[in-house]
Amino acid sequence: MDWLLQQSINGLGLGSIYALIALGYTMVYGILRFINFAHSDVLMLGAFSAFYLEPQVSRLFGHESVVGAIMIVILAAGLCAVLGMLIEFLAYRPLRNRPRLTVLITAIGVSLFIEFTAQHEKVFSSKTQFFPRLLPEHSFQMGNVFFNSTDLLVPVVTLLLLAAMWFIVQKTRVGTAMRAVSYNQQAASLMGVNVNRIISFTFGLGSALAAIAGILYAMKAPGIEPLMGVQPGLRAFIAAVLGGIGNLPGAVVGGLVLGILETFLGGIPWLSSYRDGIAFAILILILLFKPAGLLGKATVEKV
Amino acid sequence: MFTTGAKRWLLLGIALAVGASFMAHSPGFGMNRYYLGVTIDAGIAIILAVSLNLINGHTGQFSLGHAGFMAVGGYTAAKLSLMVSPAGEAAWFFPIALLAGGLLAALAGLLVGIPSLRLRGDYLAIVTLGFGEIIRVVVQNMEAVGAASGLKGIPKYTTLGWTFALALVTIYFITTLVNSTYGRGFIAVHDDEVAAESMGVPTTRYKVTAFVIGAFFAGIAGGLYAHHKQFLSPTGFDFLKSIDIVVMVILGGMGRTAGVIAAAVILTLLPEFLRAFADYRMIIYALLIILLMMLRPQGLFTFKLKKGGLA
Repeated sequence: MDWLLQQSINGLGLGSIYALIALGYTMVYGILRFINFAHSDVLMLGAFSAFYLEPQVSRLFGHESVVGAIMIVILAAGLCAVLGMLIEFLAYRPLRNRPRLTVLITAIGVSLFIEFTAQHEKVFSSKTQFFPRLLPEHSFQMGNVFFNSTDLLVPVVTLLLLAAMWFIVQKTRVGTAMRAVSYNQQAASLMGVNVNRIISFTFGLGSALAAIAGILYAMKAPGIEPLMGVQPGLRAFIAAVLGGIGNLPGAVVGGLVLGILETFLGGIPWLSSYRDGIAFAILILILLFKPAGLLGKATVEKV
Repeated sequence: MFTTGAKRWLLLGIALAVGASFMAHSPGFGMNRYYLGVTIDAGIAIILAVSLNLINGHTGQFSLGHAGFMAVGGYTAAKLSLMVSPAGEAAWFFPIALLAGGLLAALAGLLVGIPSLRLRGDYLAIVTLGFGEIIRVVVQNMEAVGAASGLKGIPKYTTLGWTFALALVTIYFITTLVNSTYGRGFIAVHDDEVAAESMGVPTTRYKVTAFVIGAFFAGIAGGLYAHHKQFLSPTGFDFLKSIDIVVMVILGGMGRTAGVIAAAVILTLLPEFLRAFADYRMIIYALLIILLMMLRPQGLFTFKLKKGGLA
């Protein structure tokens, strides 16, 4: 029973981070129909921005202060939002209306470019660096179950951000435009929607989410390095597919399900060393049996 | 490429490769070991690129897991070689080991091909990527093949002759296959799957066939690689290795065999020339992919667009 509870808490924390990253994937996919491979690298850049911002911010607000942490998160998210828009503007916009595979390969190229540049010794170097503690951490114990304040913080932040995203997409003018572009780009543009601006906004929003996810991930991980985004990024993409790509609540459900499954299956001794493969096995199964995802609607290809 | 008398050219080419190999490997007269090694690398790259070209180029699917097939073939062949003769005195067994590796890789290709029935484009890309990762994780956990620390002491059977003879066989097999009446189906799937389906082309069968054949040759290449480097480690077959092969196919122009061969050779030799810029090499490589997609998505060596444009 303790084991079950402990794994649930761990899985929930991991799943929430996957969910946050998946939200970004799913939004971009919903609008442009391509996998933004560089998303996982924006996550890494978010963590590194926090890493470099922390000394400056804590000089103003003191170490491990709540205000300071919020400042760092906002600044890092803003920085990454600008970066995400820049990536879209420089790399993806010139390829609008090109075959999807061309864009996909470019996305892989952008991802590799960020990773290799970051690994260069004059940039971040490839060694793992200790991530500073942003918030005071409290540990709790219930019977034999251990958890700390970060474990609680992550799901709460995820739910808040999901609510915010849902509000933006469903209730605001820009959200209406996003849905319109995702439904039919040409028609939206004929109705006076500035498609380029909406796509840019979507990238900004997704990248800000990735940055926040990156910081939360770094708070739980022992350290940060330039390739830290790759594995959670791939898992999050799988989570987005699992929930039904293009579907916001689906991304969160997919993330949580994947995080919990991975933690539970990874906790079984003879399976634990296969942990890295579990997510992909789940992906293949879901694509075989329910390609539209858990919450997605099946679409029929029209000729 | 091979039209009339192709078989004669193939045999001549193989004879030349074997002849050149005898000279290159003979002590005293032989080639510098470093050049020999790089040449064999290029030959293996040709097999990988041409076989991936069948899947990604001719058939228009998108596989990001070619390194996984290579790993299956490489590990199978190496393990068999080590079981038969750890000291490397059974060179007669080499072709059997290669063939076994190729067949097992083909089986893996069949397994990947089945989900490809329902998926296309980027979904397929991510599934093949996933398969590649699963293969890597499985290998990493198999004590029998050295797990994470790698498989050491593989006998050195791969020669210039074996590599280039097999490269020629690969090129011959795949070009004649695609140019045959049966092979038109691959092109049809590439050009327009829905149209092909409605004209009665069994698109599913073609896609799976492309995966199986592509994987078979990737497995052969893996076997050659294993008996060339004499060491295999799971990290050598990661996502980046698959990307390398994909870039060869794109650089050469999807579905353009001659271009793909040239690209395979160039991309194998280039890092050797760029050793002085080792720090920046990978950054340049990534930029190259982006620029290529923006400026010449049809490949470097494609000057006239195929009818019907690109897909």
